[in-house]
Amino acid sequence: MAQILVPSTQWQMRVPKCSTFGSPIVTKMWSSLLLKQNMKGAAKSAGKFRVLALHSENSTVNRTEKLLNMDITPYTDKIIAEYIWIGGSGIDMRSKSRTISKPVEHPSELPKWNYDGSSTGQAPGEDSEVILYPQAIFKDPFRGGNNILVICDAYTPAGEPIPTNKRHKAAEIFSNKKVVDEVPWFGIEQEYTLLQQNVKWPLGWPVGGYPGPQGPYYCGAGADKSFGRDISDAHYKACLYAGINISGTNGEVMPGQWEYQVGPSVGIEAGDHIWCSRYILERITEQAGVVLSLDPKPIEGDWNGAGCHTNYSTKSMREEGGFEVIKKAILNLSLRHKEHISAYGEGNERRLTGKHETASIDSFSWGVANRGCSIRVGRDTEKNGKGYLEDRRPASNMDPYVVTGLLAETTILYEPTLEAEALAAQKVALKV
Amino acid sequence: MSLINNFIKFDLNETTRKSIAEYLWIGGSGKDLRSKARTLPEPVTDPAKLPLWNFDGSSTDQAPGDDSEVILRPQAVFRDPFRGGSNILVMCDTYTPAGYPIPTNKRFNADKIFNHPDVAAEEPWFGIEQEYTLLQKDTRWPLGWPVGGFPGPQGPYYCGVGADKSFGRDIVDAHYKACLYAGINISGINGEVMPAQWEFQVGPATGISAGDQLWVARYILERITEIAGVVLSFDPKPIPGDWNGAGAHTNYSTKSMRNDGGINVIRKAIEKLGLRHKQHIAAYGEGNDRRLTGRHETADINSFSWGVANRGASIRVGRDTEKAGKGYFEDRRPASNMDPYVVTSMIAETTILWKP
Repeated sequence: MAQILVPSTQWQMRVPKCSTFGSPIVTKMWSSLLLKQNMKGAAKSAGKFRVLALHSENSTVNRTEKLLNMDITPYTDKIIAEYIWIGGSGIDMRSKSRTISKPVEHPSELPKWNYDGSSTGQAPGEDSEVILYPQAIFKDPFRGGNNILVICDAYTPAGEPIPTNKRHKAAEIFSNKKVVDEVPWFGIEQEYTLLQQNVKWPLGWPVGGYPGPQGPYYCGAGADKSFGRDISDAHYKACLYAGINISGTNGEVMPGQWEYQVGPSVGIEAGDHIWCSRYILERITEQAGVVLSLDPKPIEGDWNGAGCHTNYSTKSMREEGGFEVIKKAILNLSLRHKEHISAYGEGNERRLTGKHETASIDSFSWGVANRGCSIRVGRDTEKNGKGYLEDRRPASNMDPYVVTGLLAETTILYEPTLEAEALAAQKVALKV
Repeated sequence: MSLINNFIKFDLNETTRKSIAEYLWIGGSGKDLRSKARTLPEPVTDPAKLPLWNFDGSSTDQAPGDDSEVILRPQAVFRDPFRGGSNILVMCDTYTPAGYPIPTNKRFNADKIFNHPDVAAEEPWFGIEQEYTLLQKDTRWPLGWPVGGFPGPQGPYYCGVGADKSFGRDIVDAHYKACLYAGINISGINGEVMPAQWEFQVGPATGISAGDQLWVARYILERITEIAGVVLSFDPKPIPGDWNGAGAHTNYSTKSMRNDGGINVIRKAIEKLGLRHKQHIAAYGEGNDRRLTGRHETADINSFSWGVANRGASIRVGRDTEKAGKGYFEDRRPASNMDPYVVTSMIAETTILWKP
């Protein structure tokens, strides 16, 4: 019988008073949905986390919890900053902390740092320093107080981005004037699977066997249908506390699989928020004694894979006549299908089979409300003549910097020849 | 158990002016920490105002049974993160009743060196990176490792996150806040290359303060692992084979090194250290020969080398320092079980006082 280890979290999250971390556009856009929260309330976070790997027989483990949850602000101005970066595989996250003399508001106030790149596959031993540039700040939901999480990217001492630094190129694309003018919005649906520690079999599944077939689990409730909800719920509140633009969660079609959405975020923020939300999720599963998997097809056979559908719109798409702009964008995307697919996550070929609500990896298709297509356009968008599109191809282990940058580049900056356009229009049945 | 917790959480300030002082000292092995507590009539923050005390040296291998009293002299005061309120931790060193430092008292000599006018004028700064390993209590096998086996090879664990890569983070985080509360200049933490191995850094601290702060940080860590039911190890090579050892890299700079032209002062200092390599190595921690093999980001124990950004050298100079022409350097030789009083004062002595 699989043990579902979940932390019991009873805490009231303090909503940040002013969202220095979110852009004003995002705030306005979500005023109808999220921000009916009471901005004046400030409840102290009194989290009670199960302490992993500390099986103390003399039951004084709550004294460690007291230290962990201690609010140090009455005793010192110093804060702890957890610097977070992406390691050598492009999907592993690393972090370490340092003391900063007083609270900061903006990443530019934080010092650059460095780490041992030879221990993460990012530098040779005899020239091991890799430099960390702080890029985005979030509140630390684990340490509370004025302590922060800092998303960084990695450079050589000479100031060049190292090969695994995909943020740098994305930031360049998002600073291009044409892209800036189009105010690109992203809503990313991150799916993930929870695995039991040691056996690496999905949470809630019988070891050595399988649960009943898919059907009852999508958005399901009940001990026989929902495995690991506490992790998803704890993650939701932790992200809201941190200042991440998390917009929702749901249980997925495969049991033990979950999804959360981040957005709408403008430009480079989408990548920063997704990476920080992934870090927070990894920290929460660490505490719960459960292994997080971002593999796009964790279990072979008649079980759904995990994707990272990316919803996308530009200013032109959101205004009158936007549907035509969307169709033109889809046309551009159809001409660069191979380039996109190769950047949309490793192992995606095991997931994009044409079954289980995916489109086959080799062919590009689009449709309204069609979940078996590469690109899906919602019925609302078709009806209103404006809106957004959903790229369903990215895998759950995609790098959001790469995907968002590529989407913006292909739909805003890339100009196909008229011939290529005409051919593609025919293939994809689009009148542009 | 909840009744006991009620008493531990009592805030004495509500009922009495008395405070509790936990006197800490280093025991007979040179590596073990000891402590006992006494009541003070009122809160104290200045070590000079605290009374001398004594302990039974015959129980810690520091005195014979027929003349067992060893005197404790308070040297540094920190807030007590376990008792809270106005209660304190007091770092002491040890003397005979006649007033002479006993042989295991390394602080006395270090203090003399740091008070030498030439050394004091140079304002020596130290940043010490203390590595350590967490072990399961009954098997003494590292935390998170399968008993009777090994985890996957090194690679994913350095600064790693996740239940399959990070073992014991709560101890490290609790220690971080406890040290900040106590008033220790803890500057950072990170997960290390070997799973269940961690590191924290103390500094920059000037002169003798580096040793005081590191010893008290070690004491706080030992108390927290005690609470957690996990064993703390400062052994420099806890697991033989393709697993990293544990060190206590010591970063060092003087006023001259931090000013313009400092890079030349640094080069001269490194040369002097090279000429006294054997003496330093002998004082840099027991068992270091199992760790300094030339592999796993160490330099071989028999040869002295230095380089910029080179983690396989005895001394590493950072790229920032090279570029700015001033800064500091890192002595990567000390083992995790080194005595910071010995190492810091020896580096200061060799680089400032010693004439080859």
